[in-house]
Amino acid sequence: MAIHEKSLIRPENLKTHDNLVLDGVNVSVHWSTFIQSRVVTDYNEAMEEEIAALPGGEHINRCWQCGSCTNSCTVNALNPDFNPRYWIYLIRTGMESELLRDKDIIWQCISCNKCTYACPRDVFPEGVMKATAHWLELKGHTPKSKSTLFDEEFTAQVVATGKIEEGRIIRNFFARTAQPLLQDWLVEMVKRVARRLPFKQGLMMGWGAVFRPRTRKWAKASAAINEYVHEQEARNRKALNLE
Amino acid sequence: MNKYQKVAYYPGCALEGTGHAYNSSTKAVGKALGLELDEVKDWNCCGAMEVKNVDPKVQTYLSSRVMAIAAHEMKAKVVMAPCNGCYHNLKKAEYDLANDEASRQTVDRISKKAGHETYQAGSLETIHALDWIKDGIGEEELKRRLKSSLKGLKVANYYGCMYTRPRHIFPEKDQGPGSESTSQPHFMDDLLAVAGAENVDFPLKTACCGGAHTLSDSDTSTQLVLNILQAAEVAGADVIATECPTCHSGLEMHQVRAEKVLGTKTKVRMLYFTQLLGVALGVSPRKLGVHENVSDGLALLKEKGIA
Repeated sequence: MAIHEKSLIRPENLKTHDNLVLDGVNVSVHWSTFIQSRVVTDYNEAMEEEIAALPGGEHINRCWQCGSCTNSCTVNALNPDFNPRYWIYLIRTGMESELLRDKDIIWQCISCNKCTYACPRDVFPEGVMKATAHWLELKGHTPKSKSTLFDEEFTAQVVATGKIEEGRIIRNFFARTAQPLLQDWLVEMVKRVARRLPFKQGLMMGWGAVFRPRTRKWAKASAAINEYVHEQEARNRKALNLE
Repeated sequence: MNKYQKVAYYPGCALEGTGHAYNSSTKAVGKALGLELDEVKDWNCCGAMEVKNVDPKVQTYLSSRVMAIAAHEMKAKVVMAPCNGCYHNLKKAEYDLANDEASRQTVDRISKKAGHETYQAGSLETIHALDWIKDGIGEEELKRRLKSSLKGLKVANYYGCMYTRPRHIFPEKDQGPGSESTSQPHFMDDLLAVAGAENVDFPLKTACCGGAHTLSDSDTSTQLVLNILQAAEVAGADVIATECPTCHSGLEMHQVRAEKVLGTKTKVRMLYFTQLLGVALGVSPRKLGVHENVSDGLALLKEKGIA
């Protein structure tokens, strides 16, 4: 009999033979397809503990694999490869090489918290996705994602001044990710607003913003937050055995 | 006196930038209804999604500082945040400080070094602009104060993610009749129905607009926004009513982007619910900042004979 569920098996693990004779019997027609057996030898036993040590990953051990997270996931509806339930399984069983196949999409979690809402075990899958994305970056498996670069730009501004100014964030983020600021859809948007209020164009996008919003009496808070953040960064690196 | 009559007001960063019209329309509606706002002194960013991603406890501290000023310096009992992100983060900080010892210690440590009193969980009630109007004025009183009607306007009410999820940070929701629902929120529907709008049956009320990655993963956000816009149009809506500056600007931005990048045009317009209420309360569209929106709400209101 032929294998009907080939779509469930990775193509590289399917071995088909045009001409195959086994024990003198020609099996070339129906019995020529085999699934290569798989032996996992490279368990990373530290992976679950390391991800659990990063903010958001604390409760990964509660998962009992019901799949409510993947079922409710916004990103999964757009891309079926985005599968939080499966990734939690891989992390908990230490199957690092399997997890790394999806390393470039894990950061795409949009933090809608539908998974956290649905999870019957309070795993906080949204936090686990963030912890996993950070783990991949800290371990050097992926470069910093655009999302991380955006978060860093945003956080640096908040810590420095207590507030953000959207125009400055957009300019700096586009510069850091080497994207042109004058994307035609952004230009079109500004044009549409400008038609009705030319003098406020700068206000809307912050492009003309000369003054930077600041929180008064912020210096001490800024220093205290910086100190804490540096401490946590060192702690996270240590938990991941990075020196 | 009604406890929402005068509240501490936390506009947040977005309302001083892209959400400027939400700020002016919230204030205008408050004025028309006789509700008072007392802006939190020297407020800072709530931490938003971005700081939370870098370190959740820093976000908890940032939100707690705003609450510390409102509760301990201004002696307020209630703080109102119209932005879903700010509202969500204050609620989350409240929850973490009430339930997590490590968060309490971190916040206490940073607060002491920053030189202000540490916020104590339970000192303040955080509400959204929807609660403020729904419970501060109520539907009957709102009806009495209407100057005109949104009659003939078909509205899809869009609440987004941060107003209802995750459930555990909103202990007052899902508490039976009169309370807000996290699965089928209805406060905005209720208020706009009083103002005469025809609310359409909109299945994506709490769908995600992709706001967290609006610039870092634009293709995903455009697709998510397009789902919302098209579902609203299929439901027959002229307008999507919004209650969050990030959702609102996300819908507007990616409506244009879908048109430019994917060639998919949608006609539905976006208006803040406070702009719609304001119009029904007789405030001029200009005062409500309707002309600042990217999608041309003013033309639609004129076409319908509302403004």
